[in-house]
Amino acid sequence: MDFRFNSQEEAFRQEVDDFIKRELPTNWAEESHYWPGGYGTIPDFEELNPAAERFRHRLADKGWLTLAWPREYGGAGRSNIEQAIFNERMSYHRAPGPGVATLISGPTILLFGSDEAKREWLPKIARADIRFWLAYSEPNAGSDLAAIKTRAVEDGDDLIIDGQKTWSSGAHVSDFAWMLVRTDPNVAAHRGISLVIVDNRSKGITIRPMINICGFHSFNEVFFDNVRIPKRNIIGEQNRGWYYVMAALDFERLVVPVGGFKRTFEELAQWARETKRDGKALSDEPLIRDKLADLAIDIEVAYMFFWQTAWMLDKGLVPNIEASVLKLVATQLSRKLANTAVDVMGPYGELESGAEWAPLKGRMCTGYLDCISGLVGAGTSEIQRSIIAIRGLGLPYTSG
Amino acid sequence: MDFGLSEEQEMLKTSARDFLQKEYPKKLVRQLDESDEGYSPELWRKMAELGWMGLPFPEKYGGGGGSFLDLVVLLEAMGYNVVPGPFFSTVVLGGMTILAAGNEGQKKSLLSEVASGKLIFSLALTEPSVKYDDAASVKTTATARDGKYVINGTKLFVLDANVADYLLCVAKTKATGKPENGITIFLVDSKTLGIKCTLLKTLARDKQCEVLFDNVAVPKENMVGGLNRGWQIIQDVLQKAIVAKCAEMVGGAQAALDMAVAYAKERVQFNRPIGSFQAIQHYCANMVSDVDGSRFVTYKAAWKVSEGLPATMDVAIAKAWTGAAYSRVTLLAHQIFGAVGFTMDHDLHLYYRRAKAGEIMFGDGAFQRAIVAHELGL
Repeated sequence: MDFRFNSQEEAFRQEVDDFIKRELPTNWAEESHYWPGGYGTIPDFEELNPAAERFRHRLADKGWLTLAWPREYGGAGRSNIEQAIFNERMSYHRAPGPGVATLISGPTILLFGSDEAKREWLPKIARADIRFWLAYSEPNAGSDLAAIKTRAVEDGDDLIIDGQKTWSSGAHVSDFAWMLVRTDPNVAAHRGISLVIVDNRSKGITIRPMINICGFHSFNEVFFDNVRIPKRNIIGEQNRGWYYVMAALDFERLVVPVGGFKRTFEELAQWARETKRDGKALSDEPLIRDKLADLAIDIEVAYMFFWQTAWMLDKGLVPNIEASVLKLVATQLSRKLANTAVDVMGPYGELESGAEWAPLKGRMCTGYLDCISGLVGAGTSEIQRSIIAIRGLGLPYTSG
Repeated sequence: MDFGLSEEQEMLKTSARDFLQKEYPKKLVRQLDESDEGYSPELWRKMAELGWMGLPFPEKYGGGGGSFLDLVVLLEAMGYNVVPGPFFSTVVLGGMTILAAGNEGQKKSLLSEVASGKLIFSLALTEPSVKYDDAASVKTTATARDGKYVINGTKLFVLDANVADYLLCVAKTKATGKPENGITIFLVDSKTLGIKCTLLKTLARDKQCEVLFDNVAVPKENMVGGLNRGWQIIQDVLQKAIVAKCAEMVGGAQAALDMAVAYAKERVQFNRPIGSFQAIQHYCANMVSDVDGSRFVTYKAAWKVSEGLPATMDVAIAKAWTGAAYSRVTLLAHQIFGAVGFTMDHDLHLYYRRAKAGEIMFGDGAFQRAIVAHELGL
């Protein structure tokens, strides 16, 4: 048992930290409204920011967007602990970086795609030249994702897609949809689903913005009306899409912004130290000290889950329920962080970004709203608990 | 970074679990809990033969030469099974104090007797004011007189004083100056004239006692760690004690989770196992977060303490989190068991009781959070 990082890992952390501080515009972290553990304030989902794109390309040049990929596909062949170190520093600085393409699409194609698919997509993803959005959920298929209805019908060498996706984060600023479609309506739901790539420029796609409760345009409804794609855009085998996506979901859940929690906590603690009421710092109030210490403890626990899952991956163990536990713990912490912050700030905590007197640019107020998306997106807390119970503890399926 | 136990530690964990499951069935646990002594001398001897009492002490003192982390692995197994008796008092509270502060002669004679199972220790620290971190709260005095020290005062919540051969008594030896610089530890034979020990019946059936010292005369050679040097020694031992208690709590929480899951799979209501209901599934999932989280922070603190690294924050985090988590877990387990868990004959209350006792002992969550706040520089 050992809780230290080795010298290579420490050196890498320093290198990443120095790089981010050097290459990001000044005050990037202070200006960013990104809330850790939410999906509604992720800058990548809202707009194309030239500075973010430049930064992302510099990361790609270093091979850092694809750290854990094999070298032959543009990866740096680094360990999962090093990948975790990178993620931690990135989220600490609120840095833009890996997105759906590098985190989900790329690894899935690596695992399940044909050699042709790998050649076609992986280099562009590794270079940050293309962006993907996740086209999974539909109005009638959220937690019950297998209930998707969007149809893909064969027509010669093509598929014709008709249907609708929703909660489509970043669809309006991405190049390709990473999409689940129903290719066989005559079998059990999850056995007739295919994973396909759809060019956003295809004829028949309509993107309709939705404004989330933070006031940001992060997601959309997307309508597909007779959209034609070549069959070679099917990833892996037809009708096996469900299984690819389930495997990929576990990897997505490991990317948890623990560094972001730490950064936000530090800002809150500093604010409490600097804010005086009747000459006494808020951080001297016993009840506030207790709340802040409680948060710090929860953040340390989240960090432990984070490192432990990376360690498991490096040992060749599969963290399927650990990924769910991590997502559950992190998103609950996200809410607790926001709630505690707003409570500690009192009426000031209600001031939205841009309001006069708003502390820390209204970040905590935004976070109070955005944390809801963490609790219900990418698998609700209830779904995570069911996975932990059924897959992890072997409890019987609910349908008995 | 390595979250795994060594091969030897894995073997210790498995063999300890097997031994305890066989030798300490819950029926015996309940009997010992209701008895005054609270332990079985025969099983005490068997554990000594396995080398458990000597595990963390150097071989030159008759110990097994293991690390503090090894002891923590053993304590987790003991917490899992529930093992009544003065092991914690003797090995952790007593043994660690002697190891840290005893002179060569004390270490040689006392630690070897602890290792061989011949001695039981109790640490008489707490007083009615129940302040763990305030040297000024130690009102029990030890006054030099005719080549001895005479101890007067009341100690309360003293674990296993009723079966101890020796009490390590923490007393005030200097009336002036800073309280932290006026505390001394004394090795007191429990049969010394003037000691009155009363067993208190407690929630967790741990043998906590009131110990009255009425002109108890102690040879000055029985000073442990030097005159007026006791407070820092005790604070360091408490760090180990807190981690050790967390280890027991991690084991207990795991046991509660395992019992609840097993029951949820077999108990049928509404024609289906109750584990197929989402409410039950979600309780179990919450318990997993609590048990695993406790284990991680406890072992991180244990590793740091074992390596001699500064661990004040880590120990406070471990205690705050684990104390609350064990209570949450046993409470949810009670929900899963329903009425059947509400009987003395059922095992769960053994854990539920110990969860609260563990949470309180050596400083509860609020106490530990104040330490964390201080360490954070708030």
